[in-house]
Amino acid sequence: MNIENKNIKKLIINESVKLDCGKIIKNFPLAYETYGTLNKKKTNAVLAFHALTGDQFITNLNPITKREGWWTFAVGPEKAIDTNKYFVICANVLGGCMGSFGPKEINLETNKKFGTTFPVITIRDIVKVQSFLLKHLNIDKLFAVVGGSMGGMQVLQFTSLYPDLAYCAIPIACSASHSAQNIALNELGRQAIMADPNWKDEKLTPDKGLAVARMAAHITYLSKQGLQEKFGRKLQDKGSLKFSFDADFQIESYLRYQGAAFVDRFDANSYLYITRAMDYFDLEKQFNGNLSLAFKNTKSKFCIISFSSDWLYPTSENKEIVIALNACGANVGFVEIESDKGHDSFLLNVPKFLKTLSEFLNSNYIDFNNEK
Amino acid sequence: MKNEFKAISQIIQNSKRVLDIGCGDGTLMEHLKSKQKNDVRGLERKKELVQICISKGLPVIEGDAEKELIQFPDKSFDYIVLSQTLQAFLHPEEVLKQLLRVGKQTIVTIPNFGYWKIRVHLLLKGTMPITKNLPYQWYNTKNLHMCTIQDFVNFCNDKKIKINRSLCLTNEKISEITKNNMNYKNIFSELGIFLIE
Repeated sequence: MNIENKNIKKLIINESVKLDCGKIIKNFPLAYETYGTLNKKKTNAVLAFHALTGDQFITNLNPITKREGWWTFAVGPEKAIDTNKYFVICANVLGGCMGSFGPKEINLETNKKFGTTFPVITIRDIVKVQSFLLKHLNIDKLFAVVGGSMGGMQVLQFTSLYPDLAYCAIPIACSASHSAQNIALNELGRQAIMADPNWKDEKLTPDKGLAVARMAAHITYLSKQGLQEKFGRKLQDKGSLKFSFDADFQIESYLRYQGAAFVDRFDANSYLYITRAMDYFDLEKQFNGNLSLAFKNTKSKFCIISFSSDWLYPTSENKEIVIALNACGANVGFVEIESDKGHDSFLLNVPKFLKTLSEFLNSNYIDFNNEK
Repeated sequence: MKNEFKAISQIIQNSKRVLDIGCGDGTLMEHLKSKQKNDVRGLERKKELVQICISKGLPVIEGDAEKELIQFPDKSFDYIVLSQTLQAFLHPEEVLKQLLRVGKQTIVTIPNFGYWKIRVHLLLKGTMPITKNLPYQWYNTKNLHMCTIQDFVNFCNDKKIKINRSLCLTNEKISEITKNNMNYKNIFSELGIFLIE
């Protein structure tokens, strides 16, 4: 996939940024996209953070992949995050593969792709780099920061790093520190990639490994009940079992499709780096084991949302964030949305979720503009 | 807004931090926030009601007071409001302890089981009383620990809980409960409203 496309907006960050690993990067690109118009008072900017495999093309047709944007259900004209009303900004994360500085970029010193010589990055690095975008767009204060899953982690890190930069914050289906189960699942994906013999050869792409990683991960985004209802034991285009290892079952075929489609749009090394950043995320540890200190100075109004069937970032982990915010007297609301669609609920058409998101933003938008 | 909420609002001073337990659809919170500039938080068990509150921009947490109060630091609110819910908890005494820990002052309202209509219902009909305030049958009521105004006052005295104000709702009117009118109020009031610490 050629992403040297004129459809990709890039901010070149000239300043040096010291990463958590100690390395310094500078003169690197951050790819981003914006939707809607910034109003005169600059009170309608929403910074949305994408999850592990997302990118800056949050809605409409992605000009590179030619698929719908990843959050089309939530973002767009008259959607929950209404682009007629808000100015929505979304950047491809550092380490990503949609134009931002990442392992598939060429290292000018060696004239080769960075690959695994790219520095290991963290969620904090990812967030710090995106803050340059605000300066570039001349935005002093965001109306909202929002994101699900790894996007939610960025919301938490953002509000902790910049307690006064967002009027409201919506971390969705996420956690303040990655659980052992989630590290294990990410490691499974990374090992699948590294086990692919193509991975070591920089001229080849470890498609099989990356596809397996995606298949495994995809299961974790769904729920047992959701899978059972959607697929059950239904067979794929056949009347009976074939007594072979072809994809007899619909669920197998579905997963194979998910895996195959993914390798067309994603870089295997980006997958390694970004999953690592998620694993390293531990906001509690950043504040010596006291999560509420992370939000001590925050002025943002929080709305935490979890989903009943999400076993990857379960309600209990979302609630840890609520508890920490309450402990420091922050302004926080919390609701668990009933859904059988698992972790993926935040990306799908879940009306109660979209309604909550929309109305939380609406009412806060009025307050924010009254205060300004 | 119902008279009970009017009475509660009058007790609460402006611009103070308030936690409303069992805040329902946020009617009282909205009033306190917009009319009295209170910094409000809510706790509510029912998802649908939490969603309504969030849509109004009210910071409400979905959860059960019997489990959730532990997370709040000591004296982190100027007032905690517990409107007609104490009797529905499994362990009202424990909840009350938490309320007194988290709030500098707590406003508790209780449906008065000593109200004359209830007494008459039990006396004449011989069945569990059903009234406007307590519309449930004995087998489906959420109210596990009913008490009278006198019971609550006795309880506070026994537990050395200080009652700063006691009000009651009689015929839709709010009035003070005093030592002298206690017996009367315990018969003729539907609701007791107490500010305790």
